[in-house]
Amino acid sequence: MNSLRNTFINDKAVKAYPNYWDVIALLLVFGVITALAWVARQMATPYHVGEVITLSLDPTHLPGYALHTVMRMLIAMIFSLLFTFTFATWAAKSKRAERIIIPAIDILQSVPILGFLSIAVVGFIALFPGSLLGPECAAIFVIFTSQAWNMALGFYQTVSSVPTELHEAGTVFQLSTWQRFWRIDVPFSMPGLLWNMMMSMSAGWFFVVASEAISVSNQQILLPGVGSYIALAIQAANMSAIGYAILTMFFVILIYDQLLFRPLVAWAEKFKAEQVTEERNQAESWVINVLHRTRLLRFLGAKLAHFFDVFVNLSFFRKKQEISAHRSLFRRCEWMLTWASNGVLVAVIIGALILIDRFVIHPVPLSELRHVLFIGGATALRVFSSLVVCTLIWVPLGVWIGLRPSVAHVVQPIAQFFAAFPSNLLYPLVVILIVTYHLNVNIWVTPLMILGAQWYVLFNVVAGASVIPKDLLQVADNLGLSTALRWRRLILPAIFPYYITGAITAVAGAWNASIVIEVVTWGKDTLVATGLGSYIAESTATGNFTHVALGIGVMCAFVLLMNRLVWKPLYVLSHERFRLD
Amino acid sequence: MEGRIQTEQALSPPLIDLVHVKKRFKKGIGQELLALEDVNFRMYPGEIVAILGKSGSGKSTLLRIIAGLIAPSEGTVLYRGKPVYEPMQGISMVFQTFALLPWLTVLQNVELGLEAQGIDREERRARALKAIDTIGLDGFETAYPKELSGGMRQRVGFARALVVNPDLILMDEPFSALDVLTADNLKSDLLDLWKTQKTGLHGILFVTHNIEEAVLLADRIIVLDSNPGCIRGELKVTLPHPRNELDPRFRNQIDRVYTLMTTQSQTDTNVSSGRGASIDLGHRLPEANVAEITGLLETLNAPENSGKMDLPDVADTLMLDIDELFPLTELLEILHFAKVSKGDITITDEGKAFVEADILERKKIFSRHLKDYVPLARYIYDQLTHHPRHRALEEHFLSLLEDYLTEKEALRILHNVIEWGRYAELFAYDYNAGVLSLENPN
Repeated sequence: MNSLRNTFINDKAVKAYPNYWDVIALLLVFGVITALAWVARQMATPYHVGEVITLSLDPTHLPGYALHTVMRMLIAMIFSLLFTFTFATWAAKSKRAERIIIPAIDILQSVPILGFLSIAVVGFIALFPGSLLGPECAAIFVIFTSQAWNMALGFYQTVSSVPTELHEAGTVFQLSTWQRFWRIDVPFSMPGLLWNMMMSMSAGWFFVVASEAISVSNQQILLPGVGSYIALAIQAANMSAIGYAILTMFFVILIYDQLLFRPLVAWAEKFKAEQVTEERNQAESWVINVLHRTRLLRFLGAKLAHFFDVFVNLSFFRKKQEISAHRSLFRRCEWMLTWASNGVLVAVIIGALILIDRFVIHPVPLSELRHVLFIGGATALRVFSSLVVCTLIWVPLGVWIGLRPSVAHVVQPIAQFFAAFPSNLLYPLVVILIVTYHLNVNIWVTPLMILGAQWYVLFNVVAGASVIPKDLLQVADNLGLSTALRWRRLILPAIFPYYITGAITAVAGAWNASIVIEVVTWGKDTLVATGLGSYIAESTATGNFTHVALGIGVMCAFVLLMNRLVWKPLYVLSHERFRLD
Repeated sequence: MEGRIQTEQALSPPLIDLVHVKKRFKKGIGQELLALEDVNFRMYPGEIVAILGKSGSGKSTLLRIIAGLIAPSEGTVLYRGKPVYEPMQGISMVFQTFALLPWLTVLQNVELGLEAQGIDREERRARALKAIDTIGLDGFETAYPKELSGGMRQRVGFARALVVNPDLILMDEPFSALDVLTADNLKSDLLDLWKTQKTGLHGILFVTHNIEEAVLLADRIIVLDSNPGCIRGELKVTLPHPRNELDPRFRNQIDRVYTLMTTQSQTDTNVSSGRGASIDLGHRLPEANVAEITGLLETLNAPENSGKMDLPDVADTLMLDIDELFPLTELLEILHFAKVSKGDITITDEGKAFVEADILERKKIFSRHLKDYVPLARYIYDQLTHHPRHRALEEHFLSLLEDYLTEKEALRILHNVIEWGRYAELFAYDYNAGVLSLENPN
């Protein structure tokens, strides 16, 4: 099972970096962020959000709030799917598009997601003045950014790896592009896409909670939802309200896990080319089993299949015979197209450079940049140490679990469940401790960072340990290896690829969490840890958009640098040397 | 059969006509690789034609050019007089690994080609069911491909190809992924279908590396040569169906094919059987390992064979098909351990010395021959000797090879040579670092 959230585009291309397309994509992404930040600054006048919905801490409202939260999630998922189907397919089919789309997505997935929120909310408020629709769209946009990149990259990879013979079969039997997409590309990618979707959803719960209550330009916006409820509870220092919120979310995630995640992943087994023989590797779901046996649902399934059939065979998308006649003409226009696209690209790059120079580099004094880099280092240190702590705890435990199939069978779904649980709901519990015992905030917020992401380390290590071949373990026993030697020679190398996969995901999560956890509040007490996360959060709250852009840029640079210099080489190494097949 | 072919040829224009077809693959900037060199041939209605070639002879590429899946770099393909630019209605294809969509049932898979033609649901279903019936798959309509055995899967492949009422079926090594019994069963069913004329089929063109298969099925065999691919010759097979593999006339046909495949053409100066013949640095060295060629030499040198064997016998004795056998014989020839001509293989004195020596002596002989006759091994050895620390990166040799070969081939060949060199203790190799070095510096 692949549970990597930040997907690396090309394992083999590691030595080719930095590729100049990467640099161009980097410029474009920063250019856009800067432009948005600049626009935001222009509009940073007091907003009139219009009807302010008063939220109440009455727990009877919680189911309604939870429904709002879930709706936001689903809407964002639809947009992510649309994005995936269009852009990822485009990149997979066109070399020209691929060169820019893929590095751009690669960089976008390193941009701190809550950074998007700071900027997006202002833009959307201006789009829909005087209504909650603006912040609502901003929240959905943020959830979208937490889901789309990983789905698109995964889809792009699977679509580009559809076996040639399948494509040729489609071509020989003259399927139209539309038919080929729905009959070959989408089904082929389905298991991977669904798994990525579900992972994205799991990660999305964190952001849906975080994006409902946001402070921009000295004003707090609250959208009806569990996230806002908990923000209110924190303001009111209401312990029991926090308990209710956690309980509600627990049920929401449970329902999502049992009714959506597991059934879909089990259903996707159908799209795998070869049946996995080992029983335990096959995804199963009680819901699917029940559905298969109900007559009503079988009937609905048949209707759905019929509808899909009609959809795939829509005559509008049928292959037009005349098009092929114009193919030579089209080929002649090819070079013009190339020049036009290159021209546009150059113009956009110059524009991005000018924007970045004028609105970020120019107004920011060098000392500020030095300061931001310094606190960036502080956050990086925090991310790193939280990973170390998490590794020390979960690697031995994960191996212990993974080597016992019956335990792993129970633990694996639980770990996946916890990975979906928005850890920000649990932050207040730790914050209370810090406040009560006057602990050093710079140190004690660190474990919060990896609270949500640690599960990725756990379930990857469990997965890795459970696939260590039995005969290798028996050889180790037979040779009488000491525990230390056994770990050094067998277990650690065997789980290494899995651990790296989990660690990459955990680290990405930790960077994102930093924006939330470096400023923590309980009632009237607000604690601020030194770091890039608190810098971005505070600049957003006071409406200093130049600093927001700078903060996001520096954080993005840190993440990118770490990915390129540490994680990607480790990932490639782990897959070349330590794979057990 | 013969009569039918004659009359149809006289009456009708060719089904397929290839005129000066060439195919070059672009690799890198300004570099090209010639895959097919000037291929001309005609196929007439009523024929089963086999294209026979070793791996890398471009036979699959040729088939895909005819199918309209790949455009030729030069020349034209005519299907019933019309130029082929893209897949044509009337030409259908069967794939080596079946190319079934695993998420569709047998019925849905067979319907695929009809869907593309925009035929409505009811008619689609009826025609697909009929095709499934014809090919002997009834009862499996709702099964998914993964529930079926290889043979049944390929039957689905045939049904899918037949349901669109093709004029011509192209088959890309259709039986090579199946076991012998299943393949035989499918072949005879295919021949039955062809003879009973139940379908509107007018020709079958298939690609294979299996000589028996070609002789068993085809009316005509086109033998392709490698590097670059071109037609080496063709044979008519006039034996009546059903053909019996034990029939002496059948064996005789097989001998003829082997002879055609191993007789050097006039222009071919590479790997000729005589001494002094040499290959160049970028030669596509065969995929063979030392244990295999030693085994083959031992068989040759066995008392009952006294150093000389018929290639079909070698293939039978060692149970190798030509894709496995020819790389071995080629390496033996390159290393001057054996000579191949006119369908026979003969051990040389050096080969005899090699096979009769003990392990250490074998390594010495092998090392000497490797340096003398394989320029790439020689080159690597020289580079390492001249380097002050006797080390070199594999990338260095790879980029050199990529001047002549595709990236994949370059990698394959370099790794082969590295394996031979390691056996000969000519040089050592560090897999993780990708570094070659002399075994014992100084």
